Amino acid sequence: MKLNGEERAMLAGDMGEPRRWAVEHMMEVGRMFDAADFVPVAQAHMMADTESLGEAGVAFLEGLAAHPPAERRVAVPMLTDPRGVDLSYYRPLGQTEEMADLERRTIAACTDLGILMTDSCVTYQTIMPPVRGEHVAYGDTGVVIYCNSVLGARSNFEGGPSALAAGLTGRTPRYGLHLDRNRRATRRFIVGERPEGLTGWGVLGGLIGRLCGSYWEVPVLEGIEGAPTSDEMKHFGAAMASFGSTPLFHIAGVTPEAPDLESVCDGPPPEPVEIGRKDLEGLRGNFGASGDEVDVVVFAAPQLSHVEMARVAELLEGRRVHERTALVVCTSPTVAADCGRLGIVGRIEAAGAVVLRGTCFYNQYAREIGEANGWTRLLSNSVKIVNILGGYGYRPALAGMEDCVTAAVTGRIP
Amino acid sequence: MTLRLRCHPGIGPRVEGEALVAADDFSARYDLDRLAGTFSRPGHKLAGLSYVDRVLVLNTAKGGVASAWMLREMTERGLAPKAILFNAANTILAQGAAFAGMALCDRFEDGDITRLIATGDRVIVDPPAGLVTVLGKAERS
Repeated sequence: MKLNGEERAMLAGDMGEPRRWAVEHMMEVGRMFDAADFVPVAQAHMMADTESLGEAGVAFLEGLAAHPPAERRVAVPMLTDPRGVDLSYYRPLGQTEEMADLERRTIAACTDLGILMTDSCVTYQTIMPPVRGEHVAYGDTGVVIYCNSVLGARSNFEGGPSALAAGLTGRTPRYGLHLDRNRRATRRFIVGERPEGLTGWGVLGGLIGRLCGSYWEVPVLEGIEGAPTSDEMKHFGAAMASFGSTPLFHIAGVTPEAPDLESVCDGPPPEPVEIGRKDLEGLRGNFGASGDEVDVVVFAAPQLSHVEMARVAELLEGRRVHERTALVVCTSPTVAADCGRLGIVGRIEAAGAVVLRGTCFYNQYAREIGEANGWTRLLSNSVKIVNILGGYGYRPALAGMEDCVTAAVTGRIP
Repeated sequence: MTLRLRCHPGIGPRVEGEALVAADDFSARYDLDRLAGTFSRPGHKLAGLSYVDRVLVLNTAKGGVASAWMLREMTERGLAPKAILFNAANTILAQGAAFAGMALCDRFEDGDITRLIATGDRVIVDPPAGLVTVLGKAERS
């Protein structure tokens, strides 16, 4: 890779060990993907939940944080993804002091690195959405796919270490979605019927992700008339990224890089694949469980927006969560604070549900809290979360938000 | 007899190990019980099998960013694969391998790597050279 003077100085250790490590790490990754050089980034966003970090990752962060401030502070604004423990509510979930201690150590290290602990996977709805064409280094696949696709920013999927390296140096290797040629459509889908509700959008996203099946495929959709809402796009993208490791989509006539089909195609467009109701029901059928008793109902993945929180509160009005069932709602600290002020959190909690701040259900020791609480049958309106949790010992099922609330209240999936 | 398979130069050190192969995808978060060292996702083609010290041979990476931290944690606890070979890696698994010091290669010249290597094959993975050698297996005709 071609380095400029500042990058050579960082690699030589002249700007401290954290930046030396960062450049070395990114060069190793950049070489794998034939990056010619680095590209400056305006923001970084790091996934660093303690379940993923483990002792090894936390000790690594602490090692960086032990350097002098001038060497360890991040060079560009850097945000965090949801945490593994909500320190205001972990014992009732069955999380241990050991988990909480790991969390406290992570927060202390990240704070010393100058990272803004936003603890959010919906930063594009709540903190600082990137601008079209802006290069960024984001963790969380849902954040990346939304910002690439809906906002026209440029980011690869950045795992925690690489996002941190980008934050420390203000740059990332120029490969993948930082290059025009990797943002062109390689797959084309014609959608016969506009999805309904957040779950409907999630199902469509999951199906397209599964059909693409690779980081390097870029789908373009036709047949969607008019802009979906931000929350619909959020569930659509998160599910697509989860099922397919897909970081970018275009919707002709809707998303900014695709005013029309031709704009995202080099030469003749790819052969079209039609998506019909049967295809969507096929994916949904993997997560059906009508009539079953339900142990836990989860609203998360991605964290809920103000609008989703208000809707959950409305659906719970005058109702009470069943004594045998738990209802867990995960949102960002920002949204939780606002919804607290607006009385929304109080209404949700008054019905017997739990609102967790700054976590997301699947990255907060889902296996351990499932075992501690005896939760196996899980219901959610998130296509992403039902895709993930099968490997964590759950039997996940999918339903729309309204049916999820009814299930939480009756203890049984409608 | 050996089968030599050329690929894009990869990440991590040269290692030798026994292959565990499936025409399936991979995420450390979605598919593994990292405390037991086994594939735990019921629908995965390697469900129930141990991945510890094996050379995993799979189609591609899927899902989220967590694997980038997890590979190092798995390595430090001694419950990790020796190497991972993909038809196509994603950025996360490459970053995770770099952070963990784990061997990882992809983009094989001779086609689908999950068909070129079989479970139980003894393989040498040489990422800097972009070469995977399958011991005791004839060259392709």
